[in-house]
Amino acid sequence: MSAWEPVVGLEIHVELDTRTKMFCGCAVTKGDPPNTHTCPVCLAHPGALPVVNQRAVEYATRIALALECTVRPRNVFHRKNYFYPDLPKAYQISQFDEPLAVDGWFEYWVGEDKLRCRINRVHMEEDAAKLVHAGGEAGRIAGSDYSMVDFNRGGTPLIEIVGEPDIPSAEAAAEFLRQLRGLIVELGVSECNMEEGQVRWDANLSVRPAGGAELGTRTELKNMNSFRFLQQALEAERVRQIEVLEAGGAIDQETLHFDPDTGVTTPLRSKEEAHDYRYFPEPDLVPLVMDAAWVEEVRAGLPELPGARVERFMEQYVLSRGDALLLGSSGPLARFYEEVVAEGVDPKAAANWTMGEYLAHLNETGLEPGRGHVTPGRLAALVKLVQEGAVSATGGKQVFALMLEERGEPAAIVAKHGLAQVSDAGELEAVVQKVLDDNPSQVEQFRAGKEQLAGFFVGQVMKATRGRANPKLVNELVRDLLTR
Amino acid sequence: MTTGLDPLRLTAREARRLLVDGEVTAAELLTAYLDQIEAVEDAVHAYLQVTADNARRYATEIDSEMGAARGALAGLPTAIKDNMVTEGVVTTCASKILHNYQPIYTATAVKQLFGDHVVMLGKANMDEFAMGSSCENSGFGPTRNPWDLSTVPGGSSGGSAAAVAAGEALWALGSDTGGSIRQPAALCGVVGMKPTYGAVSRYGLVAFASSLDQIGPITRDVWDCALLLGHIVGRDPCDSTSIELPCAVELPTAERLDGLRFGIPGEYLAAGVEPGVRARFDETVVRIEELGGVCEEISLPHTEYALPAYYIIAPAEASANLARFDGVRYGYRAAPVDDLIDMYERTRGEGFGAEVKRRIMIGTYALSSGYYDAFYGQAQRVRTLVRRDFAEAFEAVDLVVSPTSPTVAFKLGSRTADPLAMYMSDVCTIPVNLAGLPAISIPCGLADGLPVGFQLIGPAFSENAILSAAHALEQAIGFDQVASFREAGR
Amino acid sequence: MISDDDVRHVARLARLHLGPDETARMTAELAKILEHVAKISELGDDMSGVEPTAHVIDVTNVTRADKERPSWPREEALRNAPAVGDECFRVPRMGA
Repeated sequence: MSAWEPVVGLEIHVELDTRTKMFCGCAVTKGDPPNTHTCPVCLAHPGALPVVNQRAVEYATRIALALECTVRPRNVFHRKNYFYPDLPKAYQISQFDEPLAVDGWFEYWVGEDKLRCRINRVHMEEDAAKLVHAGGEAGRIAGSDYSMVDFNRGGTPLIEIVGEPDIPSAEAAAEFLRQLRGLIVELGVSECNMEEGQVRWDANLSVRPAGGAELGTRTELKNMNSFRFLQQALEAERVRQIEVLEAGGAIDQETLHFDPDTGVTTPLRSKEEAHDYRYFPEPDLVPLVMDAAWVEEVRAGLPELPGARVERFMEQYVLSRGDALLLGSSGPLARFYEEVVAEGVDPKAAANWTMGEYLAHLNETGLEPGRGHVTPGRLAALVKLVQEGAVSATGGKQVFALMLEERGEPAAIVAKHGLAQVSDAGELEAVVQKVLDDNPSQVEQFRAGKEQLAGFFVGQVMKATRGRANPKLVNELVRDLLTR
Repeated sequence: MTTGLDPLRLTAREARRLLVDGEVTAAELLTAYLDQIEAVEDAVHAYLQVTADNARRYATEIDSEMGAARGALAGLPTAIKDNMVTEGVVTTCASKILHNYQPIYTATAVKQLFGDHVVMLGKANMDEFAMGSSCENSGFGPTRNPWDLSTVPGGSSGGSAAAVAAGEALWALGSDTGGSIRQPAALCGVVGMKPTYGAVSRYGLVAFASSLDQIGPITRDVWDCALLLGHIVGRDPCDSTSIELPCAVELPTAERLDGLRFGIPGEYLAAGVEPGVRARFDETVVRIEELGGVCEEISLPHTEYALPAYYIIAPAEASANLARFDGVRYGYRAAPVDDLIDMYERTRGEGFGAEVKRRIMIGTYALSSGYYDAFYGQAQRVRTLVRRDFAEAFEAVDLVVSPTSPTVAFKLGSRTADPLAMYMSDVCTIPVNLAGLPAISIPCGLADGLPVGFQLIGPAFSENAILSAAHALEQAIGFDQVASFREAGR
Repeated sequence: MISDDDVRHVARLARLHLGPDETARMTAELAKILEHVAKISELGDDMSGVEPTAHVIDVTNVTRADKERPSWPREEALRNAPAVGDECFRVPRMGA
C-alpha cells in the first residue's frame, strides 16, 4: 500500500451571511416556512433582472485575500446553463474565465507538519433552491414519486473556492477543511454552519506511485456532510483504487457516493450525461472593476489570521507548535487565552489550564469560549492561586469543578471548602514524621535502597492531609526526614 | 356626448390639451377609442386583451377623484405590448406557454406611465416572445395591417403599431431588439423609436436578447414620441444595465435642418430595397436638403455581417432567457407526463411556436461546446466592428439615414415558409441594436398604397437631435394618414 | 452542416421535444440558417485584435446595498404554480 500515494483536490462552496441574497433584496434566512422569502427575481419570473449585492463582493474579497489570492482587476459574471427544478432561471449566474480572484494558497497543519495547498480560484455565484424528494427511500431521488421546491434558499450568495490537487491524504483533507472553515468563520463572512449546509464540498481523489509527478485518473466524491465522513470516504476510495490498480485494472473517471454505514463507495446510479454548460457573459450584469485602494482597505480590515496567530503564540508565549495550534487556531479560544495571560498569568500555566480543565469544560457543555461562568478573569485568578501555592494543582482542579457548580469566585471557594494548601513546614513535618513512624518497614526498605518508596510516603502524607499538603514541600520533607 | 374625437387624427398633444382645458373628459376620450376598437378590432386583431372594464373604472376615477393630483399623462389611452408584465393582468408574450400567466409585478417603464395616470386599453399582440418581423408568429393569430388587411403590420410590435395606425390606441409601447418597433411603425405608417440601449429600464420586459432589447414609443407623430419617451426613460436600480440619459428628453420644435449632416450608407441601399421604397427614400433625401441639411454617402463596411451576427447573438441570449419557461413555477405545464425531463420537453415542445423553437435551437447550438468561439465569440467581435463603423461615421455626419424596411408591408403568409426571407426584413434595423444606438422611423410617403418608413439613426444619447431632425422632416413631408385611408376607401 | 443527430442532441440540451417530422424540418431549416450566419467566419484572420462586445454601455460596478426589501407573500409566489404541495412547487418524479 505504501507504494502508492493519494492525491486529493477539494472544491468548497460557502454560503455567505449577508442580510440579503446575491441578486435581490430578499432576506437570507434559515428554517422559515417554504417560499416566504422570494420575489420575481429569485423566482425567475419573466422580465426579472439581477442586481449584485455589494456586501457579497466585499465578503468574497475578504476570503480571497485571506487565501493569499490575487484579486483580478476586473471580473465578470457568466451564465452557467442547465435545467434543474432548484435552478429557476435554468441558468446559474456564476463566474467562469474572469473570476474574482486566482492563484492563492492556504497553509494548514496535520499534526506538527505544516502543509500548503494552492488555491486555484475564488469566485462568486448564487445558491440553488432546496429540493425535497417525496416517496422514495430516505428522501433520495431514486424511486421518488415527486419532488418539492422551496425557493427561500435560492439566490443566497455562494462563494466557490477551488483548491489544486495538493492534498496528500484523507486526514490532510479533513484537516484542510476543518482549518479552512475556521478561517472563514474568523473572517466574519459566514458561520459555516455544517448542519445547515452553509459549507459544502466535493472532493476528488486519485492515486499514483509514491513520489510520482503525474496525476492518475481521479474519481469524484460528492455530498459528504462531515469532516469525518469525508476522511472515511477518501480513505475507502484510496484503498479501492489501489486494489483496482494492483489487480491490473484501470480507474474510471466517475462520481461516487459514499455510504458511511457500509464504508463502501459506489458509482452514482443516475449517470447524467456530462453537462455542456454553454457559458457566456451575463448580459444583465456589468463588469466589476476592483479598485486597488478599496482592495487594500479590505485587506487592512482583515482580522489576524489563524496562521499568523499560531506563529505568534509560539514566539510570544514560547509554546510548542502543538500547544500553539490548539490555542491559536480558533479565534474565540485564542482570545480567551490571551485575556487570561493579560491578567498577569504565566503563559505556560495559562496554556496548561486553558487546554486542560477549561477546554474539557467547553467540550462537555458545548459553550463557546468566554461564555458562561468561567471568564478569563476567574480562570486567571484560579491559576494565580495555584501558582502562588495557595492551593495545590489537584486542589485547583477541585476548585474549578466547584466553581462551575456553585458559580463563586476561586478564592472564596478555596476558603469555603477549606482547600487552602498547607504549606506550613512545621505542620507538615509533623505529619510526615507520623507517616514515617506508622510505616517502619517501608522506611527500612527505603533506607536499604528502594528509593521509589519516597512516592509512597508522599502519597500517605497527601492522604492524611486530604490532598491539601503542598506536594513540593512534602517531597522535600520526606526526603529530608528519611535521610536524617 | 360626442365631441367629434377622431382616433385617426388625434395626437397625444391635442388630447392632452383637450383634457387639461376641460373640453373633454377622460371617460369620453376613452370611449372614442373603445368604440374604434369595437369597430375594427375583429378585422385588425391588434390586441390580445382589451381591458375595457378596468380602463373605464380608471378613467372615471381620473375624472371625478384626481383633480389637481392628475399625472402629466392622465387619461391618455395607451396600448402596452404583451411582453411587458402588468401585475394582475395576464401577460402572454403571445405564447401558449404563458397563456395563463398572471404577473406578480409591473414593468418599471409601464409603472412610470401608470404613475402618470395613463389609461391602459389592453395588451397588444406581437410575434411570440418578440421573435419575428410580421406578427405572424403570435401564438394567438396574426395582427393585420390596417392599411391593407391582407398584409402584415410588421413585427414584433405589430399589434402596437397596428393599434395606433387603426385608431385603436392613442399611442403605444413596443419593444425593439432588431427593429421590432421601427419596422412595424414603418409598415403601419406611424412613428416608432428605439432609444439608446439602457435609456429605458428592461425590468419587467420579458427578455428576448438581453443585450439588444429596449422598450420604446409608437405614436402618431414625432412630438408625441418625444412626450412618451420622456416619461419612460430613467435609471432603474432594478436594472443593472440601465443608465440615466445625460439630458432630459426635449419636446421638438425644429422646422429646419440647417447645418446638419446626414450620412447615407451605401450598404443599406443595396440590401434588396423595393423600387417604391427607394423612390420615397430619395425624395425624402431631397427634402432634407431643401430644409438646409447636407447629405453625403458614407460606408458602414461591416453591414453584411450584421445580420448573421445578430442571428447568432440574439438566439443565443434568447435560448438562455427562455429556459426559465419550464412548467415549474408558472405558465403552461404539459400533462400527463412520465417524469421531470418528459415534463420539461413536452411543456416546451408544446408551449413554444415554431420560430421560437428554431431560435432556441440556433442559440443553444451557437453556445454549445466546440462551437462557442466560431459562432458566439465571433459574432461578438463582429458586433465590435459594427459599433466602430458607426463611431467612425458619426465623426463625419450627425445622423445616419436609411429606409427603415427594404419593402412595404408584404402579404400575410408570403414569407412564412422561409425563415431567412423573414429575417431579411430587418437588414436596415438590426445593426442599430448591435451598436446600442437610438433610432426613429417616421412615415415618408406611400408606395403601392402602403406606407414607407424613413429611419434616422444617431450616436448614443442623441435622442434630442434625432427627435428634432425627425420633427422638422415630418412637418415638411406632411404625411396624412386619414387622407390616404380616405383615398383607399377605408 | 448539421445532422439529425446534432439536432436531437441540441434539442435535448434545450429540453425541447421534437416530433419525428419536426426533427427533419428543423434540421433543414437550421442548416439554411447556419449556412447564412456562418458568413461571419469570412472575417477570419482580421479578427485577432478585435475585442468581443459583451455590453454596449460603458458602465461598471453597478451594485446595491445589502439592505432587505420585503419579499412577496407566499400566495403571490405560488399564485401561478401549475402544481403545489406543502407550500412548495411540486414537480414530477426526477429519478430514473
